[in-house]
Amino acid sequence: MKCGIVVFPGSNCDHDCYHILKHVHQLETHWIWHKDEVLDSFDFIVLPGGFSYGDYLRPGAIARFSPIMKSVTDYANKGGRVLGICNGFQILVESGLLPGVLMDNAGQRFICKDLTLRVETNETPFTSQCTTGTVLRIPINHGQGRYFTDSDTLKRLKDNGQVILRYCDAKGGTPEEANPNGSLDHIAGVANAAKNVMGMMPHPERCADPLWNNVDGQMIFKSLIESSLAHS
Amino acid sequence: MLAKIHVTLKNGVLDSQGKAVHHALNDLGYSEVQDVHLGKYMEVKLKGLSKEEAEGRVIEMCEKLLANTVIESYRFTLEPAE
Repeated sequence: MKCGIVVFPGSNCDHDCYHILKHVHQLETHWIWHKDEVLDSFDFIVLPGGFSYGDYLRPGAIARFSPIMKSVTDYANKGGRVLGICNGFQILVESGLLPGVLMDNAGQRFICKDLTLRVETNETPFTSQCTTGTVLRIPINHGQGRYFTDSDTLKRLKDNGQVILRYCDAKGGTPEEANPNGSLDHIAGVANAAKNVMGMMPHPERCADPLWNNVDGQMIFKSLIESSLAHS
Repeated sequence: MLAKIHVTLKNGVLDSQGKAVHHALNDLGYSEVQDVHLGKYMEVKLKGLSKEEAEGRVIEMCEKLLANTVIESYRFTLEPAE
């Protein structure tokens, strides 16, 4: 199995993703420079977190015009699996591959903390190894993660089961205080209609190495790997 | 041509920065402040275009890159560049 990690100028979680995929999950893992253009041979692609192009103008706004994004769009339109984490999620919404937008956190603060997420559906390549309703502990690390979209789009997302992850408390409830950044409807991760593209603000690569106490992030990568195997 | 472009959040989209500045102004004693909206101001210098051509190009730039029209609206003026 062959996976790729796209590196933009300013990506800074690329090495963490590389480490988890190559050394923990033992995959053939490749760097993909943002000026590269060919993706067809990959089983899945990760757009990692960071601050591509310094977050200038809006996070992801400039990265989405990198040469590689045309290939990522073609790859996704052909059914290729694409996971965007944090800044990767911001790039996916700016590029139009995912609906909505990620705005300044409601509290105007950069938030770096461990928190809990509820898996809303396991009928995606990114959550297939989870049970629907499972609570995962995965950290966030962002200043602009408040998910927002218009009410028609929100309804469509809900109706199609495209809301994949929600911020929740330890028991899976969604009281207001379990929403760290003011995201609409507690949304932490969404997929496209075909469910082959998902973006999430939390960082699964930061809790996927067995040297650490928490390996909940592995569930996302294991799901991706298993569903890629099923399709290869 | 010089395009002076303002990008602001659409009505109904929570402007958390504007809200914070609003509170700060009230705290400083400016109790008359009713609302604050923050946005971005950009100046884009264009060469070799008529005003009509420039208008079309600037709209395109705003739609494509300068504003995220899901949440932001834009307005601009065009004047001869110095």
